[in-house]
Amino acid sequence: MSIKLENVMYTYSPGTAYEIHALKNINLDIPDGQFIGIIGHTGSGKSTLIQHFNALVKPTSGTITYNGDDVWADKYDRRALRSEVGLVFQYPEHQLFENDVLSDVCFGPMNQGLSRAEAEKEARRALLQVGFKEENFSKSPFELSGGQKKRVAIAGVLAMNPKILILDEPTAGLDPKGRDDILDQIAELHKMRGITIILVSHSMEDVAKYVDRLIVMNHGEVAYDNTPKEVFKHYEELEKIGLAAPQITYIMHALKDNGLPVDADATTVAEAAESILKALKEKGGQKHA
Amino acid sequence: MLKDITIGQYYPADSIIHKLDPRVKFVGTMIFIVSIFIFNSFPGYFVAGLFLASMIALSKVPPKFMFKGLRAVFMLLMITVIFNMVLTPGDIVFKLGFIKVTREGLIMAGKMAVRLVFLISGSSIMTLTTTPNQLTDAMERLLRPLNRIHVPVHEIAMMMSIALRFIPILMEETDKIMKAQIARGADFESGNIIQRTKNMIPLLVPLFISAFRRANDLALAMEARCYHGGENRTQMKPLKYERKDYMAYLILIAYLAAAILFRVFKL
Amino acid sequence: MGIIKALKLGFDYLKYDDDGNVESTQRAVDDVNLDIEAGEFIAILGHNGSGKSTLAKHMNALLLPSEGTLWVDNMDTASEADTWKIRQKAGMVFQNPDNQIIATVVEEDVGFGPENMGIPTADIWTRVDDALQKVGMTTYRHHSPNKLSGGQKQRVAIAGVMAMRPSCIVLDEPTAMLDPNGRKEVIKAVHELNKTENVTVILITHYMEEVIDADRVYVMDSGKVVMQGTPKEIFSRVEELKHYRLDVPQVTLLAHELKKNGLDIPDGILTTEELVSVLCR
Repeated sequence: MSIKLENVMYTYSPGTAYEIHALKNINLDIPDGQFIGIIGHTGSGKSTLIQHFNALVKPTSGTITYNGDDVWADKYDRRALRSEVGLVFQYPEHQLFENDVLSDVCFGPMNQGLSRAEAEKEARRALLQVGFKEENFSKSPFELSGGQKKRVAIAGVLAMNPKILILDEPTAGLDPKGRDDILDQIAELHKMRGITIILVSHSMEDVAKYVDRLIVMNHGEVAYDNTPKEVFKHYEELEKIGLAAPQITYIMHALKDNGLPVDADATTVAEAAESILKALKEKGGQKHA
Repeated sequence: MLKDITIGQYYPADSIIHKLDPRVKFVGTMIFIVSIFIFNSFPGYFVAGLFLASMIALSKVPPKFMFKGLRAVFMLLMITVIFNMVLTPGDIVFKLGFIKVTREGLIMAGKMAVRLVFLISGSSIMTLTTTPNQLTDAMERLLRPLNRIHVPVHEIAMMMSIALRFIPILMEETDKIMKAQIARGADFESGNIIQRTKNMIPLLVPLFISAFRRANDLALAMEARCYHGGENRTQMKPLKYERKDYMAYLILIAYLAAAILFRVFKL
Repeated sequence: MGIIKALKLGFDYLKYDDDGNVESTQRAVDDVNLDIEAGEFIAILGHNGSGKSTLAKHMNALLLPSEGTLWVDNMDTASEADTWKIRQKAGMVFQNPDNQIIATVVEEDVGFGPENMGIPTADIWTRVDDALQKVGMTTYRHHSPNKLSGGQKQRVAIAGVMAMRPSCIVLDEPTAMLDPNGRKEVIKAVHELNKTENVTVILITHYMEEVIDADRVYVMDSGKVVMQGTPKEIFSRVEELKHYRLDVPQVTLLAHELKKNGLDIPDGILTTEELVSVLCR
């Protein structure tokens, strides 16, 4: 079970003066069960890329297969594909429309042909799994806070039981606590349902903490595709393309340059703290409590 | 399809037409539209066509752009032509079953087609060479006399220019909402009319809510920048007639006179 | 007395039932006291719903206090006669870049404020030229706002406020909808205005990186000011910030973790350099 992109190109307004190559020769393999981060600045092609995964956008050339079948073949059921590959867009305001939360989340499963009762079962399960409280099921989605709306939007896609869940900047506009809560919840989902998660983000700090594979997009191409640790080793190149490694990477490199034997590959605060404490101990305990 | 509508799109270029006072262009467009209904013969249309062609040439807007605007009204054009062709009584040129095409019908259809094409291209020149803001400024100034009968001219002009700013934004938003709902299995393409209308709800509700939100935000932002209606308001780009504008008016008057003469002498 | 001063400021949002009677009230700002000196760079931090945006709208007389008083340059915002003067004195930049740009051409939008103020045409042009140059957007003056990036749009919005020659600008989460590069661009522009033009800045945000260089920080929670001080003082209280749904920059957090593990590290480390010099001394 996997999505495969082979030589995928996407061009806006081909043949005119406004021609823009949004994606150039992309080759990617998304196997089951991974937690993937996609990062890149605005205009790097990451939004166009994720819309190829569930056939919302047709590539100008190249092939996209899901479980070995070409998704742009004539008889391919792309609506069915979209239930397997769920995509949650950045602004929940773009999809919430029903009078109450539960009905809104039922929209997806009912489009799959489930009865209202069956759909409600899926909706309840999805809402609870994203940490949305049962007592708020009958509230209007428009009365909710930003973080709650985001949860309902994610549940709206999750209720369709996708095998792959793509989230486009799920933390945009949330405050720090709201941001951490949503990301923790997504990581929890990854464990609980065992589904593939593709997380589009602007925050290196966030991806460093959660994902096990990081794809960096630049000018419509895949610049890096590796574990976050490996990618952040190229922090100087990342800066050249308008991105930056997590602050921790810089701290660790600065410490190492100043003679403290720390592990410069640490990417999270916890890893860094551990490595610094160890390094200081090794240095002979001149530095102490 | 929506992208093909050139009306309301500005094409930046450095031409005499671009530099004319928007009021001249507005009045000129009105005169041109009137003229194509005054002219009633193919020689007359030739004069109008010549006038139009020289304006297009002077405007430095590639004709390709002009014709893009026509593509959007192509269906309307075809319907007009066909109706005129088959519904006008007169000498029958040929018959196809119960459909009779008459000589008068062909002439009428030809005239209507010419008029429509001229109408659209004529107004496109105005919108392609004038920024929407200049255009609303022109309307505000030209309609100012209506203030006396309590028509809120300034408010109407302000509403128009805001609409022009937000149409592209809302169109882009429509596209995003559609994609978000398609990702949830929504179907905007199949079913009969009633079903299709019902299927639009997931698109329209978020769109309206967003539009209201934007309106609310914008009202606050305008108030914060001291907007309090048209009273005591100055203009950054006040309209002032220059020599070339008076010249343009003269040419327009001459052109209108020619049209009237053509009509009077049945040329 | 400072440029902006609030005394026991309170504000209630009213919720009406179908008959137009007040059904419930919700306190959005509660007993807030502020005293902001001209030329200061002030940051107001708080999670979503903490009341910081409601407070901001008071500084521009877009909302009027239910209780207490707010003065802008010695003018009571509740006095209707001064409303337009106050709005000119304390300009406001909002969160959504698209929803505050009125005109279809950049320079015309910057001219919108001065037009409303009744400034003579020639002066409008000087102000617009000036304002565009101050935010580095002169090259884009003839562009359509729709073609600009988020950061550029916010700079246009800032220019639109600067063209009104305010003594103070209030920015209500100006970076919440921007990507990291756009965020940096806007914050840099605001700092420059503060330094070169001596404009008082009140920046409302929930991004910690943006407040490091502020002169003073206020932290809000459920309508109240719960913490205030220099960034260093504020960031040395990591646990307290977390309690208010906020966080601290990674370097501050790392320093805090190390301290918890027994290292002798001062509170409120804000930059990589500080931490390195402490650890490698």
